[in-house]
Amino acid sequence: MNQAAAALGLDRGARVTDMRALVPDLRVEAAEEEADAKDLAALARWARRWCPWTVVDGVDGLLLDTTGSDHLWGGEAEMLAGMRTAFADLGLTARIAAAPTVGAAWALARHGTEPVTICAEGAVPPTLAPLPVAALRLGGDTVTLLTRLGLKTVGALADLPRDALIRRFRQANAPENNPVLRLDQATGRAGEPLDPGAHAPPLRALRRMVEPICEVESVSYVLDDLAHELCAGMEARFLGARRLVLTGYRADGGTSSVEVGMSRASRDPAHLTRLFRDRLERLEAGYGFDILTLEAPKSEELGAVQRHLTGAEEDAIGLAELVDRLAAKLGPGGVRRPAPQGSHIPERADALVSPEAPQAGVRVPPTAALPRPLRLLARPEAARALYTVPDGPPVQFVWRRQTHRVTRSEGPERIAPEWWREASTVRLRDYFRIEDSEGRRYWIFREGLPEDGRGGPPRWFVHGIDG
Amino acid sequence: MPNPLETLAPNRSPRPATGQSQLVELFAPARDGSALGFALAGLPKRAPILWVQDRMSGLEMGRPSGLALARFGADPAQVILAAARDAKEVLWTMEEGLRCTALGAVLGEVWGTPRALDFTATKRLALRAEAQGIRTVLIRFGATPDLSAARQRWHIASAPAAAHPHDPRAPGAPRWRAEMFRARDGKPGTWMAAYDAQTHHLDLSAASGDPALAAAPLRRAGAGGT
Repeated sequence: MNQAAAALGLDRGARVTDMRALVPDLRVEAAEEEADAKDLAALARWARRWCPWTVVDGVDGLLLDTTGSDHLWGGEAEMLAGMRTAFADLGLTARIAAAPTVGAAWALARHGTEPVTICAEGAVPPTLAPLPVAALRLGGDTVTLLTRLGLKTVGALADLPRDALIRRFRQANAPENNPVLRLDQATGRAGEPLDPGAHAPPLRALRRMVEPICEVESVSYVLDDLAHELCAGMEARFLGARRLVLTGYRADGGTSSVEVGMSRASRDPAHLTRLFRDRLERLEAGYGFDILTLEAPKSEELGAVQRHLTGAEEDAIGLAELVDRLAAKLGPGGVRRPAPQGSHIPERADALVSPEAPQAGVRVPPTAALPRPLRLLARPEAARALYTVPDGPPVQFVWRRQTHRVTRSEGPERIAPEWWREASTVRLRDYFRIEDSEGRRYWIFREGLPEDGRGGPPRWFVHGIDG
Repeated sequence: MPNPLETLAPNRSPRPATGQSQLVELFAPARDGSALGFALAGLPKRAPILWVQDRMSGLEMGRPSGLALARFGADPAQVILAAARDAKEVLWTMEEGLRCTALGAVLGEVWGTPRALDFTATKRLALRAEAQGIRTVLIRFGATPDLSAARQRWHIASAPAAAHPHDPRAPGAPRWRAEMFRARDGKPGTWMAAYDAQTHHLDLSAASGDPALAAAPLRRAGAGGT
């Protein structure tokens, strides 16, 4: 809330109608909290020009640990004045306070009388004493309670016997409900280090070449080195890679990268390099690579691995490793596993999913009396059939230019279209399990009924081949 | 181990062992799905299976259906399907699969007679399968039997199904005509094969030229699953 608003008597958390009564020509805009938070985080990074550790504090504040950096700016007063100017240049009005503790600085910045306050070491209790108890970063309920008890200022609270205060608030676990803890934090009795929330360093290994390299063999040697380094780094942090990116930085300034994915976290250098084996050709070396990096943008926790007791390298590989290798060679869609889905339409119910996909807890609808065929064609293939009109089994059908004479058949099993996800013109299917004169078994269906108002005469399709 | 019951078969062909960990090659005509049922019936029950198809087999014969695998004693959740482009990739995938001891079986499907699938390639597969103790089945659709190192080679074709228990007009349990035309240890012969889902057992009984006999209920050729 800016000074203009405060001067008009507006209040934080008040209702719009009340404030309209106060200021008839008030302009109301919706708050964009996410965008605000993003901007504040950017501002926190920007504020690292003054000191290395900066943290976003709540929705409207920044905390800067300026210990040891003020002399670079010519003392604390100079630094704070510089900050105020810099924020003003951004179009922001900043209230700034420097104090020995986070709590004191917070209180002075928000409830102090001056826009720029400096509180010297040892001067915290007298400086804070006249401020309201809300300056101690307490929650609304606690502030109300303290005010009702007659404790309106920090000084009044600090003058109370400490034991009595501790006893009164011993149930308050959250810091914002515990005045004793907040008081201790403000006076420096309880420590409160800043956590800048820095990201863990990325999992990356890097090699600079003396001479640019462009042959696949040279790259694979370097890759071997990189994989060992990266795996050692991951082992120290108990991580395993799920995705790896090998990036080459070309001498002419461009980059080229290849990526592999793993179905299970791994940090076995031999396994990881093997996944890249057939992909190194895809790196476009151009005039050669100056730098090669191997990075794990996606990683997971992976505990220590028990080696084989004899220390022997086992030739055998696990199922997850096998899936990785196959996926690396055959492409991402090349390896799948059947996963029944909650649907009645055969091709939808009998879906294939990636082996990395979690085992879905789909309740499969109760299957009909007729068993499904062993093999399902990629899509139903049209056939011409001779059948008992209107909805009897086929007697003979021509499929892929060959005639099959039906000797035995079972059906129909009627599967209605799923109206909740299909157009109203989709026709029902009557499935038959049939056996032809040579004993071959097929799963064929008639699409639609005569005169069902959804197209011409019914058509026949072969959908499955049975064992 | 010699099976004392195997002499039951009228033509006295010994019943071949169908459950061993070795490379078995099955030849099946195009448009005929019988080889798959026969292959699954010979695999360990609910074993993890790596299944690889080349592009043509996938297009012509379709892909295995997860919902039906359970009928032949396989667990759909344990099946990994790999789609290879050509026979070369099928062979590569099968070889990689044979390095993984967690697998119970490796199944490959190849369309036609590609050049990549020569004697050397099958020999590699056969040796690896025996070294690892993983059952390996190579299904060849519409192929002519050429030189191969497979330990058993079969022609599989559909045969009229058994009678349906409730509906005389419906096909019942599937049956296959299985002809073993080359075996490393065993005498070639022709059998009528059927699958017993209850015991997960592949029944082989001697084929009969008489259609009346062929339609009769099958006799069990062996109780054990050697």
